[in-house]
Amino acid sequence: MTETLSKTGMTRRELLARSVAVGATFVVGADFVAGNGAAWAMETTAVKPESMATLIQMARDIYPHDHLADHFYATAVKGYDTADSSQEIEDGIAALDAAARGKGHADYLSIGWERDRVEVLRGMEESAFFQKIRGGLVTGLYNQKEVWPLFGYEGESYSQGGYVSRGFDDINWL
Amino acid sequence: MVAKFDLNDDSVVVIVGTGAGGGVLANELAQKGVKVVALEAGGRHLPEDYLNDEWDAFGQLSWLDARTTSGDWRVAKDFSGLPAWIVKAVGGTTIHWAGASLRFQPHEWKALTNYGRVDGANLLDWPIDADEMAPWYDQAEEKLGVTRTGNRPGLPGNNNYKVFEKGALALGYKEVHTGRMAIQTRDDGDRTPCQQTGFCFQGCKWGAKWSAAYTEIPAGEATGNLEVRDRSHVIKIEHDDSGKVTGVVYADKDGNQHLQKARLVAVAGNTIESPRLLLNSASNMFPDGLANSSGQVGRNYMRHVTGSVYAVFDKPVRMWRGTTMAGIVQDEARHDPSRGFVGGYELETLSLGLPFMAAFLDPGGWGRSFTSALDQYENMAGMWIVGEDMPQETNRITLNSEVKDQYGLPAPNVHFSDHPNDVAMRDHAYKQGIEMYKAVGATRAFPTPPYPSTHNLGTNRMSENARDGVVNKWGQTHDIPNLFISDGSQFTTGAAENPTLTIVALAIRQADHIAKELSAGNI
Ligand SMILES: Cc1cc2nc3c(=O)[nH]c(=O)nc-3n(C[C@H](O)[C@H](O)[C@H](O)COP(=O)(O)OP(=O)(O)OC[C@H]3O[C@@H](n4cnc5c(N)ncnc54)[C@H](O)[C@@H]3O)c2cc1C
Ligand code: SF4
Repeated sequence: MTETLSKTGMTRRELLARSVAVGATFVVGADFVAGNGAAWAMETTAVKPESMATLIQMARDIYPHDHLADHFYATAVKGYDTADSSQEIEDGIAALDAAARGKGHADYLSIGWERDRVEVLRGMEESAFFQKIRGGLVTGLYNQKEVWPLFGYEGESYSQGGYVSRGFDDINWL
Repeated sequence: MVAKFDLNDDSVVVIVGTGAGGGVLANELAQKGVKVVALEAGGRHLPEDYLNDEWDAFGQLSWLDARTTSGDWRVAKDFSGLPAWIVKAVGGTTIHWAGASLRFQPHEWKALTNYGRVDGANLLDWPIDADEMAPWYDQAEEKLGVTRTGNRPGLPGNNNYKVFEKGALALGYKEVHTGRMAIQTRDDGDRTPCQQTGFCFQGCKWGAKWSAAYTEIPAGEATGNLEVRDRSHVIKIEHDDSGKVTGVVYADKDGNQHLQKARLVAVAGNTIESPRLLLNSASNMFPDGLANSSGQVGRNYMRHVTGSVYAVFDKPVRMWRGTTMAGIVQDEARHDPSRGFVGGYELETLSLGLPFMAAFLDPGGWGRSFTSALDQYENMAGMWIVGEDMPQETNRITLNSEVKDQYGLPAPNVHFSDHPNDVAMRDHAYKQGIEMYKAVGATRAFPTPPYPSTHNLGTNRMSENARDGVVNKWGQTHDIPNLFISDGSQFTTGAAENPTLTIVALAIRQADHIAKELSAGNI
């Protein structure tokens, strides 16, 4: 929190006032996206911060895990914030917002219910943009070692001597 | 001590590939005093290099050269550039294999006779049978140290196995145990016993599981008769005017090409690369590729009827702990057409880590139906189906002249569509697998589609008659007496069993034959 504020020089009130998202993600500055309560923050260099906020929401709607904080999704998509991919992302987000408007919403981020956002996504499921984002998330999200414990997965085990004396057969409810 | 042979030494046997087939053949020949140069496209990686991390290990060791796919299998849609999961390294796919080591059942050697003609299938009997293979299987089981053979005990059951076993017994299955695994269990052998680390698919860091990388290859090198050249990719087999092969052209790690002369060439690059090499070696004399007078090179590609069943329970299973595949139900492996298909299937325990589960549970899936499954990852159990698929002439490896590999050679295209018998078998297996887990209280089950092929078979098949296949009962090509095939591409039919024990048994037998023929001056 303090770090974010000192970076942006904003109070929490200003930060909330300038945020455009109803979801968990806020655009907080010219090149800045922050999580709800600003527990994390991410600078953007090539992609517009509003577009990055939309992309993060889209990522969560594709692979929604309520016990995963936003920063995991931000990490999963931050690789697109490069000169090479920015145009494709901007075009894709523009198409996503257009699809949202086609269903009577102001834009994608302003849709309140996940169900309604998913309906927009379903309509563009076959597009190259959707498939690129979805495909990238499979490793971008689930291959973050920090998310593994949140699913119970224990990862590397050799350095601890395997599970031979650490519960390979400890199931007790059968 | 390690041998070094001259490029112009035409007294050597050249082996292409050092996996289950090539690695075993190389060691067996070297033990018999035959001089061998084994050329391996991949590098050397030993247990200290292996990574307890699914994607890192995949990136470290997999064959990632350009490949394309076609046909109606789902792999062509979801993993279009990755038809198969194969290792490129000294030791080949025996680094990533799980170790399940089963003999064919006697009837499976004679599929055409025992199943009869099946529409659309190119069934054929093997020119060998269970009696012929029994002593070679004995040797293979000793070499691999297979549990539940000889006097070796089985592995202990892990959490995933215990769920699987309880479900199997509840359904009345009788042949249920922790498998016949090429995994060390006791402190009495050359290999460290299994520490239940759970990364069998990533390479066993303890060396408990058999792999040619750290058994066959060093043992062969120690004889002074075997030279393994790693990062040496064979691109063409050469022949003379009499139609006998004379050597191979390969690219070294820097891309420089060399010609290694040979008195005999044995191809063991796994079922996609082996026929590709024969096709890419086409010449004026053999315009359709080497050893292809039958037109069968590249055809009858088989990958087993596979699929997985994962299920979620209301309490933790932690299936990833311990051996990846030590659990089996064999009751459905019989041939019993009353189930609606010929041939049979095995059910084996299987677990994937979270990263692979996300990629393979339901490729392309998204949204809450997908993520609510992964949310229960800790409470999941899993099994794999492996059953006999039908050889079909149209399932085949061809050269794709539009896509080139790093040497400018046409990439292989892998075309596969299920036969109706395959579909019927898979559906039956899904149903049984789901019933097993329901019997233990599963709250949700997932019939997961096949992954990129791990069992690749049949594209240079063995046949009695030269018109029906590519090699004879010794793996010697019908057309060229000093050209042999030594890997899973020899398989006439796939049987229900994981193939590697049979590949190894065939390689031991082939080494015996080649050594005898060479010393008798017949080749
Ligand atoms: C994850 C996984 C789990 C498995 N589990 C089991 C199991 O439990 N039981 C079982 O029976 N089987 C299992 N298998 C299958 C088993 O690994 C293969 O059947 C077996 O290794 C095939 O042997 P092979 O000799 O045909 O080919 P490979 O072992 O793949 O060896 C081929 C070698 O040839 C090299 N090569 C290819 N082309 C060239 C060229 N042009 N020049 C030089 N070198 C070349 C490759 O780099 C490779 O090293 C598993 C496979 C995988 C991927
Ligand atoms: S579970 Fe056993 S065999 Fe498998 S990798 Fe671990 S130690 Fe090796």
